[in-house]
Amino acid sequence: MTSLWDAFGAAWQLIAGFDSTLAQIVGLSLQVSLTAVLIATLIGLPLGATVAVERFRGRQTVIVLLNAMMGLPPVVVGLLVYLLLSRAGPLGSLGILFTPTAMVIAQAVLITPIIAALSRQIIEDAWREYDEQLRSLGAHRFNAAMTLIWDTRFSLMTIVLAGFGRAAAEVGAVMIVGGNIDGVTRVMTTTIALETSKGDLPLALGLGIVLILLVVLLNACAGAIREMALRRYG
Amino acid sequence: MAIIRGVLLALALSGLVQGPMAWAQQKFITVASTTSTEQSGLFKHMLPVFEKKTGIQVRVVAQGTGQALDTGRRGDADVLFVHDKAAEEKFVAEGYGGPRHEVMYNDFVMVGPKADPAKVAGGKDILVAYKKIAESQAPFASRGDKSGTHAAELRLWKAAAIDPQTGKGAWYRETGSGMGPTLNTASGMNAYTFTDRGTWLSFKNRGDLVIVVEGDQRLFNQYGIMLVNPAKHPHVKKDMGQEFVDWVISAEGQKVIADYKIGADQLFFPNARR
Repeated sequence: MTSLWDAFGAAWQLIAGFDSTLAQIVGLSLQVSLTAVLIATLIGLPLGATVAVERFRGRQTVIVLLNAMMGLPPVVVGLLVYLLLSRAGPLGSLGILFTPTAMVIAQAVLITPIIAALSRQIIEDAWREYDEQLRSLGAHRFNAAMTLIWDTRFSLMTIVLAGFGRAAAEVGAVMIVGGNIDGVTRVMTTTIALETSKGDLPLALGLGIVLILLVVLLNACAGAIREMALRRYG
Repeated sequence: MAIIRGVLLALALSGLVQGPMAWAQQKFITVASTTSTEQSGLFKHMLPVFEKKTGIQVRVVAQGTGQALDTGRRGDADVLFVHDKAAEEKFVAEGYGGPRHEVMYNDFVMVGPKADPAKVAGGKDILVAYKKIAESQAPFASRGDKSGTHAAELRLWKAAAIDPQTGKGAWYRETGSGMGPTLNTASGMNAYTFTDRGTWLSFKNRGDLVIVVEGDQRLFNQYGIMLVNPAKHPHVKKDMGQEFVDWVISAEGQKVIADYKIGADQLFFPNARR
């Protein structure tokens, strides 16, 4: 029990003290995960929209695969990206293993299926609803998809935030491809893992509380956006 | 593949993920080392001195020795700083790196619960302690991760003529993780475990654990350093890497190592042969 109180004390000290090392770690976490979510959105959203409005052979298989890949274990993604980027791997000549770029790639791989699968569902539901209407207006599938993306933008934004949450919270992949290098690839989750292994549980939990606060802030944003969407569309 | 490569390269060059960090242009080398040197705080004490002198940033990836050697084998590090002499010599013999230089030593200790169910506390003979633990079937947490410490632990079981695998899952419990997590586990289940002294001294969540056996000659723990072979991996930064190796075994580097203390305890004892 004392540990728990110590943890809250540690969390408070971390926040109130505004430690520059912590600020840098939080900054890198945000930078890596935001970049990853941007890339995942640029790939996942068009992919989800395409699968939603197009009819092609094997579509059901693609949907099943996308849905299943939402549950990709981070440590497996980390290992795959590690083997790709390792000097002995096919992309080794880039020399980006153990850099933030490698972490961005791993997180993007991890959350692209989430964004693709969930946006596919939302856009497909909207497509069913407006199908006839859009057809009667003579809209091509591409234009229809663009319209639907715009119409469901608030729901899609929630998905993007969920993807961000997943990226910022995972530790398995970034630990492997980033290497948890002090001042270079050390992010919130890998710092927590490190302090846990040092046996400094209050500090580890304190850092965890800071991370949770960030996620709460994020969810508050998602909630506010949802409210806006509901007010707009009743 | 060419397209993926292009996209990744563009991404890397765009500086998109580098942003405010000033290290983009900085000279650096990557060192694969062990959790014991990283978690004991030695690198935090030592690397700023080297960086200030040479302007070379040293990026440490802390892994178990087995994994660190594999990182070197794949060419993902420039220098290795590890502690499993037999495995290091094999690495050098296979042509992946070297020559290997001895850097420093400390020792392993056995820690266990104050209640001491196997009655080993205060002993000076580690093999006797191992035998008592096996006989009394007191819980023992093993790293089980092919690290240097794990290799040392296994050598001692062998020397004591005990096959711990017979007690696997019962009293012999492999955590498959680093020294810190293993100590956390041992502390949680009041088990005996085998650790390097550096990690133990800097470890905070001890619970009921104390040192029960120390001071046996067989508990000697030697660290070595070597450059990854640039002939095998042309991108290895051999000049900067060699500069780091030379500094670590130089009089100055050795003094910095000797100066590192937690409280009154010196953690590592330099013993490079110059």
